[in-house]
Amino acid sequence: MASKMAITLNVNGTEHEIRVEPRKTLSDALRGECGLTGTNVGCEHGVCGACTVLMDGAPVRSCLMFAVQAQGRELRTVEGLAASSKDGGKLHALQQAFIDNHALQCGFCTSGFLMLAAGTLEQQPDIDDESLREVLSSNLCRCTGYQNILRAVRQVRDAGQGGAR
Amino acid sequence: MKPPAFAYHDPGTVEEACSLMASLDNARLLAGGQSMMPMLNMRFVMPDHLVDLGRIAALSTIEERPGALRIGAMTRQRDLEHSAVVRARCPLLVDAIQWVGHRQTRNRGTIGGSLCQLDPAAELPSVCAALDATITVQSARGTRTMPFAEFPAGYMTPSLEPDELLTHIELPDWPRGHGHGFVEFARRHGDYAVVLAAALLVTDAAGTITRASLTLGGIGPAPVRVAAVEQALVGHVASPALFRQVTEACRALEAMEDIHAPASYRQQLAVVMSRRALDAALASIAPAGH
Repeated sequence: MASKMAITLNVNGTEHEIRVEPRKTLSDALRGECGLTGTNVGCEHGVCGACTVLMDGAPVRSCLMFAVQAQGRELRTVEGLAASSKDGGKLHALQQAFIDNHALQCGFCTSGFLMLAAGTLEQQPDIDDESLREVLSSNLCRCTGYQNILRAVRQVRDAGQGGAR
Repeated sequence: MKPPAFAYHDPGTVEEACSLMASLDNARLLAGGQSMMPMLNMRFVMPDHLVDLGRIAALSTIEERPGALRIGAMTRQRDLEHSAVVRARCPLLVDAIQWVGHRQTRNRGTIGGSLCQLDPAAELPSVCAALDATITVQSARGTRTMPFAEFPAGYMTPSLEPDELLTHIELPDWPRGHGHGFVEFARRHGDYAVVLAAALLVTDAAGTITRASLTLGGIGPAPVRVAAVEQALVGHVASPALFRQVTEACRALEAMEDIHAPASYRQQLAVVMSRRALDAALASIAPAGH
């Protein structure tokens, strides 16, 4: 009954033709079948936010949906933020700001925070401080104490670079 | 921490979903997945069949009807949060949705999924209780409606037969300019509430309360309408002092006890949350003449 289904996932503009059991979560399919291991899997029940990706521009927790449900949707993961190496590999403004503000230490939560912040700034480029705190409070980080993450995202917002490399 | 194997079905219509639920054994419905997926990942539920309602466009609707809003069960919480129609006709729902999970979970979570999950401290069941919502359910055997008060059959258990699915929620209008307030106490924002309160008020030109609704979540196994307080409010001029006086009655409510809080603490919160929800409702009333 759990035979594999052939599906196509569009991730960062590339079509991935994969075969998965229906019970395969989107996060596991991105990592295992598409080879995109930048998306981290933390709690697997929607609490930590480490697996956050963008689906049709909106941040979602990729452990809380199945890969088969993401067919026909436009997915973006942390691998899609920086320019490709043949285009110079320039980092996304958020990635640079995370480095500059020491907004990561162990890095496990970082891809989730980056995608959450990227999706948020694209939808609300002038989001106020209070709303931004509320949005970022949905993901867990055990290293930074959050202030440096807030600082990094605010810096990108204030420079109007939410969508920029 | 990986879901058990199941057969996956993604019907395109309510009728197809109903016929699947009528014919399949040990089948579960999947709405937005923000509660069901953790239960699957942790293998608290082990269905042989999963029927995903995500492709049924007819369930993803916000419809303006005379006297009520009719909302499809698969409408995403984020779409309700940003709907101008909902904001204009049912502001209590917008107040409450700010407290439901986080932006990422609201992007996927649905109103119908939250109602069927029926967590006693969830926000949306209390909104339905406060508004006297009407619930429509469908199966291959037909369609039936019930007042929301009859929807909870017990702790986290809706009164649905195994082959039935929730299709629509009707939220009756309150008069234009009515007061609405929603507050909750939770350990962290985004968590389920320990106790929450939803209040609705209508006042006349002199400020006298002509209609009141007060609902508490997190106290009992299902949302509790506090009729004694509602009756004590009607006929009196709305004021913080009045609210302080009448909400004391909430301390006598029977309250649950769990690892988060003992009953006595919930009773104390019931008093305080009720008062704050009524204060917020009064503050939201449009000035006279509007």
